[in-house]
Amino acid sequence: MTVQEAKFEYLLRLGDSSLIIGHRLSEWCGHGPILEEDIALINIALDFVGNATSLLAYAGQVEGKGRDEDALAYLRDEREYRNLLITEQPNGDFANTIARQFLFDTYMYFLYEELKSSKDETISAIAVKSHKEITYHLRHTTEWMYRFGDGTVESHERLQNGLNDLWMYTSEMFDMDEVDAILIKEGIVPDLNKVKVSWEKRVHEVIAEATLQIPVTVFKQKGSKEGKHSEHLGFLLAEMQYVHRAHPGAKW
Amino acid sequence: MSKTYSQEQIFKILSEIPDPEIPVINIIELGILREVKFVNDECVVVITPTYTGCPAMKVIEDDIKIKLKEIGIEKVKVELVFSPAWTTDWISDEAKEKLRAYGIAPPDHSSQDKKVLLGKARDLKCPQCGSKNTEMISQFGSTACKALYRCLDCKEPFDYFKCL
Repeated sequence: MTVQEAKFEYLLRLGDSSLIIGHRLSEWCGHGPILEEDIALINIALDFVGNATSLLAYAGQVEGKGRDEDALAYLRDEREYRNLLITEQPNGDFANTIARQFLFDTYMYFLYEELKSSKDETISAIAVKSHKEITYHLRHTTEWMYRFGDGTVESHERLQNGLNDLWMYTSEMFDMDEVDAILIKEGIVPDLNKVKVSWEKRVHEVIAEATLQIPVTVFKQKGSKEGKHSEHLGFLLAEMQYVHRAHPGAKW
Repeated sequence: MSKTYSQEQIFKILSEIPDPEIPVINIIELGILREVKFVNDECVVVITPTYTGCPAMKVIEDDIKIKLKEIGIEKVKVELVFSPAWTTDWISDEAKEKLRAYGIAPPDHSSQDKKVLLGKARDLKCPQCGSKNTEMISQFGSTACKALYRCLDCKEPFDYFKCL
């Protein structure tokens, strides 16, 4: 695998995760528990989709086969998608969405912090920009973690259930393969073990302060890096890609 | 043909383009317009987004092309750059005053609150009555770059331009 191929693959992993979680969040539009929260979730969705646009546009350039961000987003099938499994999990109730966002936002926060010093100028520029945005997202989800965890019996239980359900998808965030090895050597991406230390520390702190428990999950679900997804991604893509595929090249 | 205009003149012409979401300030005051240069016979306009997903960028790009076409510059390329990343510190003091007069509390002159992780909100002056007795309703407001606050004295809700 060449550096260029590894970079393309890595950009898909980042870009697809942003795109899919952005799309999931957009499903909350008009369904938020309160108006302000509805607006907040959609603002965050917009940031993620914007971030995905930059990453996938760059992925297309790196690949050099003439695919732009739209071609990559709308014309790839499930098995070609590289988003983390946690990003495609259904929204569930609001507490479940908060649990998902908290685990993912914390990961992206520390990952982008490292990517800011990437030797690839474009990746570094996108990371600087995205890190500023993710900081706001994380602040938002962290507040809800405290409010629900240390809230009523009902809110505590729902958030704990959300964490329990999603915990098995967190370990693959830190898996590394040939792609990572090649790019780490070039100084383009960080060693994910470093990100893992920061992530674990922060997640444990917040969970403890929110009077919640770290889930005890032995089983770890993996597969996104090889394009093996849960059943949910296919349905999501069908909805997301439908218009683009039904009306190829349509413009307004 | 395009060479008959200097960069300064182009800047002046482009300063007539308002931000689509906040029409009281233009794209130069907001710090979105970064550079104007001529490459061969093409006019290259470099812009940077406030937020990566900001839907106003496409409108701004179209506005720039229309504006330059009006003065006879047909060959225009609008480039989007992410580095250096846009910051609210680029909003001029005059523009901040315009924001306030428009009813949007301008951003503080400090980027990236380190306490952000702890969820601490800052004290803000109400753009209507000037009271500091305000509270945050939501960190996310009518657009990606704003948060929603309310004044506890005059009771008016208002937008706050978030520090970035």
